[in-house]
Amino acid sequence: MKNESDNNALYQRPQPRPTPTSEPFWAGLAAQQIRLQQCDDCAGWVYYPRSHCPHCLSPNLTWQDISGEGTLYSYTVAQQPTAPQFAGEEPQLIGVVELKEGVRLNTVMVNVSPEDLEVGMRVKPVFFQLADTTLLYFEPS
Amino acid sequence: MGLQGKAALVGVADYKNVRKYTGKRKFYLEQWAELTQMALADAGLSKDDIDGICCSSIPESDLFAPATVAEYLGLKVNFAEMVDLGGASSVSMIWRAAAAIELGICEAVVCAAPGIPIPSNPDRGPRDPNRFYGSTSANWGSPQTEFDVPYGNVAQNVGYALIAQRYADAYGYDERALAKIAADQRTNAQGNPKAVFHGQPITIDDVLQSKMVADPLHVLEIVMPCAGGSACIVVSERLARKCKHRPVYVTGCGEHLTTRSVTYAEDMTVSPVGPAAASAFGMAGKEPTDIDVLQAYDCYTITVLLTMEDAGFCGKGEGLSFVNEHSLTFDGTFPVNTHGGQLGAGQAAGMAGGMSQPVEGVRQIMGRADGRQVKDCNTALITGTGGIMSEQSVIILEGA
Repeated sequence: MKNESDNNALYQRPQPRPTPTSEPFWAGLAAQQIRLQQCDDCAGWVYYPRSHCPHCLSPNLTWQDISGEGTLYSYTVAQQPTAPQFAGEEPQLIGVVELKEGVRLNTVMVNVSPEDLEVGMRVKPVFFQLADTTLLYFEPS
Repeated sequence: MGLQGKAALVGVADYKNVRKYTGKRKFYLEQWAELTQMALADAGLSKDDIDGICCSSIPESDLFAPATVAEYLGLKVNFAEMVDLGGASSVSMIWRAAAAIELGICEAVVCAAPGIPIPSNPDRGPRDPNRFYGSTSANWGSPQTEFDVPYGNVAQNVGYALIAQRYADAYGYDERALAKIAADQRTNAQGNPKAVFHGQPITIDDVLQSKMVADPLHVLEIVMPCAGGSACIVVSERLARKCKHRPVYVTGCGEHLTTRSVTYAEDMTVSPVGPAAASAFGMAGKEPTDIDVLQAYDCYTITVLLTMEDAGFCGKGEGLSFVNEHSLTFDGTFPVNTHGGQLGAGQAAGMAGGMSQPVEGVRQIMGRADGRQVKDCNTALITGTGGIMSEQSVIILEGA
């Protein structure tokens, strides 16, 4: 898979810009570790990273290492680039994964052909290096 | 509690939708003035009657949009609101206007949604490559910027395709039924000379043979962007009696939203219109079977399908067979988007696409829908949808 860091086109693939709150999540991915926040008060899992738990608004959240196992909740095969920044990557296999902790996240499916994608299929994480950051992709498990 | 049905829509105005606009470019403020003047003339009211405005964002001023509009139009208003609910903004403007009138703080509110290109800015620098489509944030700290965009989940097509794919897994997928929504609405557009696809009917097979954009969405199941714009005027009962046309009362309303990104929706196949419609039906004392025409926000065919199910016109998961069993044309058994909807008439820029549905509902109840008039049309349900099924609003309109 091509690395985007040397792409000199006008439109470069957008990279996440971590915030003070989300930084541990991205640092975790860089170390090939998936970290999710869990609420100390209601035990709810939190994604994306937040200052307060969206289940009970508690500010007491603790980072936990998780396996990243989950299922494909939905997906689409984009035949047209979803933005100019993604030109040349079509078909884009854009997925939404539900982790076994119950939270959902946006991702890209890799190591699978479009016709083999199926809602509900079991997936596992792939750490994808995009220039300075590591994104969380998934592949069939 | 709720609206008492004492505020009425009395005048409407709209531009002809145009795909490749070559006419005079106009600032949104200029369109506000023009559309207001047109809607006042339609109602038989004058500028001095207006004492409220409901707007959405305007490109001329990032902040203070209502004051900018009031000043430009020379209005003195007792109610000024800017609604930021994407495609649901127009429907939400109308119920807020009706509520303000029933509160007694104002008597005539103009709601407008311009969508004609503004003049080219001679001082504009080079395009910022970090910007996305207007609907997608590129700001630091926006969860969308950080957790949607890097994966390519940008703009609208991806989200609606994700919804459709999940729906297919849960309830099955009849692509001919989805395509029929687009085809029936296109038939309706043949009665609307202001539609971009006037003179261009399509069949179900045309839809299915059109380009696949984001599986399972074909290009003919996605709105065509265009130039346009529309406005309406909501007034008190007292003023409604002075107006030229049959008053169209706002008798019920509702609004519901949960997430901006559909990724985090509790169930992707359940749209927020459910609680909004339940509120509107309860307030108006109506049932789905009382509705003569449905004007449902239709950025995609799947939006219409989910809206019909979740608003209660059919059961959950029964939408596809419901579409197959009914004709959605203006003379059919379940008329939907009689102006062609945004799929058939075009989606005017800005927030204007979502104003086309209430404007059409008003025309139908006033009996002024010319070549597409629904017979004995007295009650309409109108929906607006913003973002990726992020927010939905409902109003019920009834003729006096």
